[in-house]
Amino acid sequence: MTAIASAAAPAGIEDPYALSLDQIDVSRPELYERNMEGAYFARLRREDPVHFCADSAYGPYWSITKYKDIMAVDTNHQVFSSEAGLGGIIIEDGIQKSSGEGSIDLPNFIAMDPPKHDDQRKAVSPIVAPANLAKLEGTIRERVGRVLDSLPVGEEFDWVSAVSIELTTQMLATLFDFPFEERSKLTRWSDVATAEPGSGIVDSWEQRTSELMECAECFQGLWNERLEKPGMDLVSMLAHSPATHDMTPQNYLGNVLLLIVGGNDTTRNSMTGGVLALDKNPKEREKLYDNPALIDSMVPEIIRWQTPLAHMRRTAISDAELGGKTIRKGDKVVMWYVSGNRDEEAIAQPDDFIIDRERPRQHLSFGFGVHRCVGNRLAEMQLKILWEEILNRFSRIEVTGEPVRTRSNFVRGYASMPVRLHV
Amino acid sequence: MPLIKYIEANGTEYAVEAESGISAMEAAVKNNVPGIDGDCGGAAACATCHVYVDPDWIGKTGPAAEGLEKSMLEFAEDVHENSRLACQITLNDALNGLVLKLPEKQH
Repeated sequence: MTAIASAAAPAGIEDPYALSLDQIDVSRPELYERNMEGAYFARLRREDPVHFCADSAYGPYWSITKYKDIMAVDTNHQVFSSEAGLGGIIIEDGIQKSSGEGSIDLPNFIAMDPPKHDDQRKAVSPIVAPANLAKLEGTIRERVGRVLDSLPVGEEFDWVSAVSIELTTQMLATLFDFPFEERSKLTRWSDVATAEPGSGIVDSWEQRTSELMECAECFQGLWNERLEKPGMDLVSMLAHSPATHDMTPQNYLGNVLLLIVGGNDTTRNSMTGGVLALDKNPKEREKLYDNPALIDSMVPEIIRWQTPLAHMRRTAISDAELGGKTIRKGDKVVMWYVSGNRDEEAIAQPDDFIIDRERPRQHLSFGFGVHRCVGNRLAEMQLKILWEEILNRFSRIEVTGEPVRTRSNFVRGYASMPVRLHV
Repeated sequence: MPLIKYIEANGTEYAVEAESGISAMEAAVKNNVPGIDGDCGGAAACATCHVYVDPDWIGKTGPAAEGLEKSMLEFAEDVHENSRLACQITLNDALNGLVLKLPEKQH
């Protein structure tokens, strides 16, 4: 998807040290497309870890760049709100508030504060509870195997479309018990839900709304069906939980889209990022092939190294002190997970990809506090199975060219990445 | 040095002599007790150190605190009256002999 990608042509990117601190704007999507955000964040962490940018395409905002400060904001929902009405959880207000003419509001639980957030989240969390994950494992492994067996060996192909997108879309179809042959609709709706006009995905808010209405109609049909005959899927859970069965149709659509988007780009880009990380670090690849049990610690390391969501945003609902700065009520506050995960005060050798770290799960990619990723264990399981099955089949996945990175300050990922398989 | 007993869901017991002042999560992690993850490092922010305090001890540890600990426990699985986040139990000599049972899995 191209969330938060602006339509403007990419400008030249300066050395961060050629700018004064107040000129630094880490929200520019082209920084991420060019893989240059790291140098900017390194400077902010050192010189101005709680940084105010007075002027950006998204208005003024605070950047929180150190691990411990991000933890402090993420765990303080009394001060730092996720409410959609205040701007929600992304630096760009429009996609969530859908302020654009012809657009719609899509309330969903990640952009709510407790107690409403808690009730709606609890309605869907059983599907990703450990007992249910164990039931899904066989299905996932079989599908992963089938996709890997269909790949060409020895010739170049795009890993993103052939593997990462295909596997995450199949997983979504399974979780929703969505008609399997129509599963590519889920990918399209995921892209549309996070797109603004001019991003290359949709041309107008009206087009976006009209496609999302098709999504709503389709899921309304599934809801009606599952009201009668419930199964162990997300739609059945939403239709039968006391917290969600009286939702407005828009709140239902909002939650469906949250779960589609949440389960889609994140895992997809970690599936690609892991291949890239191992290709760049042949010593780690050697360690892995010598001792496949390291997959367990490699998986969280991939999720840290990739940080598939670069940020989450909050809005201050009262004044707060952080890192010696005063954040005022109403200010936009951006927690840059991508920076906290490279903070040398919290993580040793943070720029390196090390598959046998002692505490690999201590990273920010899933967030912390009440909004912590509900699907984190599912994501880890999908990656674990993927790597186990890769090791069963291939001796190496060679990256044969530069990946094309997503032009987005939110989704940190890849549009394509050419690879060649070796047996 | 309080002695803490951790019991896995399958019945395996681990006795740990812990320093006073650290949390029951840290004591478990330092002594390689499996089944306590502590992903957030002790901020009551991930609920991967969920434990059941033995009913005889809940009076001494107290129940889960209002605020983040209770909120996070709401998203854990099989939560009971005696559920706590181990990172929020600070060990001291008064807790010598404390018994903590572990859930089947951390969510």
